[in-house]
Amino acid sequence: MFQTQYPSRLIHDKIYELLKQGKRMDRRRPLEFRKVNISVNLIEKASASALVSMGGTKILVGIKVDVGTPYPDNPNQATLTVSAELLPLAYKTFEPGPPDENAIELARVVDRCIRESKAIELENEVLCYIPGQRVASIYLDVYVLDYDGNYFDPAVLASVAALATAKIPRYEVQNGVVKKAGDDQVSIPMRKFPVSVTMGVLNDKFLVDPTAFEESALDTSIVVGWGDEDEVAAIQKNRPGTIPIQALEELLEISRKCSIELRSQLLESLKTYAASAE
Amino acid sequence: MRGAEMNELRLFREDGLRIDGRRVDELRPVKMEVGVLDKSDGSAYIEMGKTKIFAAVFGPKEAHPRHLSQPHRAILNCRYHMATFSVEERKHPGMTRREIELSKVIKESLESLVFLNEYPRSAIDVYIEVVQADAGTRTAGLTAASLALADAGIQMNDLCCGVAVGKVGGRIVLDPSEEEDKHGEADMPIAIAPRQNSIVLLQLNGRMTREEMRLGIEMARKGIEVLYSVQIAALTKRVRSSHQGGSGRY
Repeated sequence: MFQTQYPSRLIHDKIYELLKQGKRMDRRRPLEFRKVNISVNLIEKASASALVSMGGTKILVGIKVDVGTPYPDNPNQATLTVSAELLPLAYKTFEPGPPDENAIELARVVDRCIRESKAIELENEVLCYIPGQRVASIYLDVYVLDYDGNYFDPAVLASVAALATAKIPRYEVQNGVVKKAGDDQVSIPMRKFPVSVTMGVLNDKFLVDPTAFEESALDTSIVVGWGDEDEVAAIQKNRPGTIPIQALEELLEISRKCSIELRSQLLESLKTYAASAE
Repeated sequence: MRGAEMNELRLFREDGLRIDGRRVDELRPVKMEVGVLDKSDGSAYIEMGKTKIFAAVFGPKEAHPRHLSQPHRAILNCRYHMATFSVEERKHPGMTRREIELSKVIKESLESLVFLNEYPRSAIDVYIEVVQADAGTRTAGLTAASLALADAGIQMNDLCCGVAVGKVGGRIVLDPSEEEDKHGEADMPIAIAPRQNSIVLLQLNGRMTREEMRLGIEMARKGIEVLYSVQIAALTKRVRSSHQGGSGRY
C-alpha cells in the first residue's frame, strides 16, 4: 500500500537495528503510541461523530440512527452496521470506487471489536421499540481521511467515542406505531469501551502503532481488540508473514498494557467533552 | 449474537461429551484428497465433519492485468467463495463482505508459505469453493489450498493446517461444529505452518480471557498435528497414484 523509494529490505533492517536499541525512526519507543487527539460532535447533522488523529493518521466516524427491523436471529436487539472507506484523499494509492478488501477488513474488525465485546446494550429498551418488530438501526461509517499507517486503532477509538457521545431521538410507541417523542434525545447505552492495539513484528522484535513507512517493512502485523482489561474480543492477523507461536503470549501482554493506556485516554476525552457540554 | 451458559445443557451431554459425542479436544472426522480436479494445475478436497470444500490452483502463469505484475516476485490471488446451496438458506451467489475478508486473510496466509520470489512477473490463482459449510470453513479451505499449491508443484517452505477453537457454554472446544459455533461465545480460527511452528492465520470473534486463549492454542496445536499427518498421507497417496497415471475423480 505504502510506497517508498527504498527497497523494503533496507527499511526492514534499519528499523530492526533501531528496535534492538529500543528506538524508532520517529523517536518513539517501540511500545509507544503516537500522539492521540480525540474530538467529538463536529458534524451537527449526524447523531454522533468523532475525529481521531493518531500521529499523521486521521479518521472521521459518523453515526446515523434509524428505525428498522431487527435481525431474525436477534429479534430483541437493535442492529449495528459498520462500513469503512479508504478515501482517495487520504493517500496516493487509495482509489475511488467500492470498498476494497482493505476497507472491508477495516470495517469488519471495527465491527468485531464493538459487537463481540458487547460494548453497546443493543437489547436496551431505549433501542428496542417493539421487540421483534421495530428497533434502532445504528449505522456507523468510518472514513479514513489521512493515512500514515495503522488505521485500525484510531478507527476503533473514533467509533467508540462517537457511540459514547451519540444523541439519538427518543421514540415512543403509540397504537403500535413508532413515533419520535418530541425533541427528546437519549444516549446510546454503553457497557464497555473497547480499544484495539495494532502491533508489528520484525524478526524477534515488536512495535505498536506502526507508521506507513514502518508498515511497508513489517514481517507481519496483528490487531488485538480488548473489551476491557481482562477480555480479548477480537484478533486479526492482517498481513502476510508468520508469527512464532511462542511470541503470541508477549504480543497479547503488550496489547493488554497498551489497551489500558489508550482506554484511559479515551475516557479522559469523553469526560472533558461531557464537562464542556454541560 | 452469541449465546450464554443456558445453552450448555443442549450443547453438552450428561456424560460431559459434546452433542455429537466428541471430547472437547477432538476433531471431527477429517478426510483429504489431493488431485481431484483435472484441468487445474493443482487441486485438493477436504471434509471436516459436514464441511466440504474444493480448492484449485492455476499457475504460475502470466499476471493479468499486466500492471499488477511484480518484477521480483509472483502475485498470489485468492478467492474464497461459498456455494449458494452450502448453507441453510440460499446464499446470494456474489461475494459477500465476509467472503472478501476471508479471501484476504487466506491469501496472506498462503503468501507466507510460497517462495514468491521464485516466480517473478507471474500470478498464482487459488480458488476455494465451499460446497457445504458447517463451521471451520476458512481453516479447512486454507488447509486444502496449501495441498493444492503443493499439488501444483509450487515451491513452498511449508504446508499449513488450520482449525478453529471455540468457547461453548464456558468451555474451550476444538473444531466447533456449526451448532456449537452458533451458540458459542467465541470462535478463534488459527492456522499454523507445522514445520516452522509459526502462526500464518489468526482471528478471534468473541470474548476470551488470556488463560482460555492459551488453552485454545494448545488444543489447536494438537489438532493440527493430526491434520498435518492426514495432509502428508493425502499428498503421498497422490504422488504414488500419479506415477500410475491416475487422475481426478470428481
